[in-house]
Amino acid sequence: MWDYTKRVKELFLNPKNVGEIENPDAIGEVGSIVCGDSLRLTLKIDKETNKIVDARFQTFGCASAIASSSALTELIKGKTLDEALKITNRDIAEYLGGLPKEKMHCSVMGREALEDAIANFRGEKKPKTEEKIVCECFDVSEEKIRKVAIENHLTTAEDITNYTKAGGGCGSCIPKIEAILKDIWFVKPLPEIKVKLKKLTNLQKIALIQDVIDKEIRPRLQADGGDVELIDIEGNKVLIGLRGMCVGCLMGNVTLKGIEKKLKELVSEDITVEVG
Amino acid sequence: MNTIYLDNNATTKIAPEVLDEMLPYLTDLYGNPSSMHTFGGSLHKKIEEAREKVATLLGAEPEEIIFTSCGTESDNTALMSAVESYPHKRHIITTRVEHPAVFNFIKHLARKGLRVTFIPVDNLGRFDMDTFLKALDDDVVVVSVMYANNESGVIFPIEKIGQILRERKIIFHTDAVQAVGKIPINLKKLPVDMLSLSGHKLHAPKGVGALYVRRGTRFYPYIIGGHQENGRRAGTENLASIIGLGKACELAMKNMEKEIVYLCKLRDKLEKRLIELCPDTRVNGDRENRLPNTTNISFEYVEGEAILLRLNEYGICVSSGSACTSGSLEPSHVLRAMGVPFTAIHGSIRFSLSRYNTEEEIDSVIEIMPKIIKDLRELSPFGKEKIK
Repeated sequence: MWDYTKRVKELFLNPKNVGEIENPDAIGEVGSIVCGDSLRLTLKIDKETNKIVDARFQTFGCASAIASSSALTELIKGKTLDEALKITNRDIAEYLGGLPKEKMHCSVMGREALEDAIANFRGEKKPKTEEKIVCECFDVSEEKIRKVAIENHLTTAEDITNYTKAGGGCGSCIPKIEAILKDIWFVKPLPEIKVKLKKLTNLQKIALIQDVIDKEIRPRLQADGGDVELIDIEGNKVLIGLRGMCVGCLMGNVTLKGIEKKLKELVSEDITVEVG
Repeated sequence: MNTIYLDNNATTKIAPEVLDEMLPYLTDLYGNPSSMHTFGGSLHKKIEEAREKVATLLGAEPEEIIFTSCGTESDNTALMSAVESYPHKRHIITTRVEHPAVFNFIKHLARKGLRVTFIPVDNLGRFDMDTFLKALDDDVVVVSVMYANNESGVIFPIEKIGQILRERKIIFHTDAVQAVGKIPINLKKLPVDMLSLSGHKLHAPKGVGALYVRRGTRFYPYIIGGHQENGRRAGTENLASIIGLGKACELAMKNMEKEIVYLCKLRDKLEKRLIELCPDTRVNGDRENRLPNTTNISFEYVEGEAILLRLNEYGICVSSGSACTSGSLEPSHVLRAMGVPFTAIHGSIRFSLSRYNTEEEIDSVIEIMPKIIKDLRELSPFGKEKIK
């Protein structure tokens, strides 16, 4: 049994804005009867102010699909098209006091119907064939998976299934979904880390340098019978002393450059290393 | 609000007579039947009495009955026993519409290297005898075919299948969880080697089941430990529940004939009136050959979970084969195997009755349900005139 909130139950039992607007200015349609849920949204739009004057829905689906559709119409009424487009599936879920995670796809369906309607109004409808379909069972495109993953910070294929249904049928596309998630989350965060590096205070920087030397550098040198000691830090200049087998080693300069490279990578680009 | 419970293929109410029999063994008479002292050891005869009652209902001998913890354990035990007893044979035959207790266990065996043939059903949910006959070979270790389907109620030709297998000396197991107590079963005549049943489907409590193993069938225990059940199922006996199961079988034996007539009458009335009152509705499964208490009806253009939760507001309990109620995104594997169109699967509702349902309850459902369907259809973007 699903744990629906009171709000979901209310809007399921007594949904608001049911039906179809006559001569609508915009029509949004998503889902299909085969997939198990489908939503048809009709809008009345004031062409001067671009405001949504009225919104009505028809939904084939479970309790949370009906409640999400009704919530969507309540959220967008009175908003301009640009304001309405800022509504995310999370806003719909929040309006309902939350949805079970397996039912998040209902909120995504609401948001998609809105986008479809507005694109229809603006004459921007794009043919389906342009999309790369990842999940054949539920007809879910890569574009949709990427968008929903980024907006909702989804990191696992199971999350994607909960939010888009993709992967919930035969399951053969799950490796593809995992590859898409890897592409989203494992490449792009890197620049963010660099930004963070520059924000260090002097004290944090000193602590971090000490930490990198202790944890990253010394164990490797010690493995070869050598060692290194942090002597002082002057601005971005790090003064070190080579110890053990490193003393008088012909590769001393290479070692020094190696330490510098590691500190540049993990602490700050501006760091230089010298023997103190 | 009164509950109108029409989900008896999921579980049933414990019969008051059953509870009465059980109570002393949940309170004062708590001994362990394996003990040497009279306080515990004397209880063993209660288990044997229960075993006799279960055997009588099935037309079996008492020593052919092993008590288990549930239907799933009975199914798993039967399949595993066959596989362990004939390790050189590597082919299992079953159907595409089995309960997960069999279906998923066999898929588990398939991952361990056994070959599996899933026999299909036709669009009325009937067993495909031709495919079955072609699938038989010398490598078959066990055939497992359910007696009656839990979703459609369709009864399979167990006797015919059993005769074919007996000639070929192949072990035959049937999951009869939905059939026992609802329709007559006589294992004296029925060529079945192993049969599973579950207590809570026939007004006994949850947590008890039984496995029939025909005398002379090779058996290998699944739960290993103490000597209980003649070494065939270890673990201290669930005494009160076993006594309850015995009583429930006795009641089923006594009342079955008139209950079949009563349930058919109520079920047929419900089915007939709902089809009349709700357009675009279809019955799933073979109406000629099914359990007396079950009907599975698809209401086109509406989704099952929505119907179910609207009925819930009136205290009416049913279940659905729709994806949204299955806990996964896939709708019922049974209705899909029957080739029911997806549009109709999503709006499928199973009503399963018991002796405790009354005609007034059925009349209430007949009154409430058409309104709900009409209401949800108005909400739906689909409908005869709406579909392009």
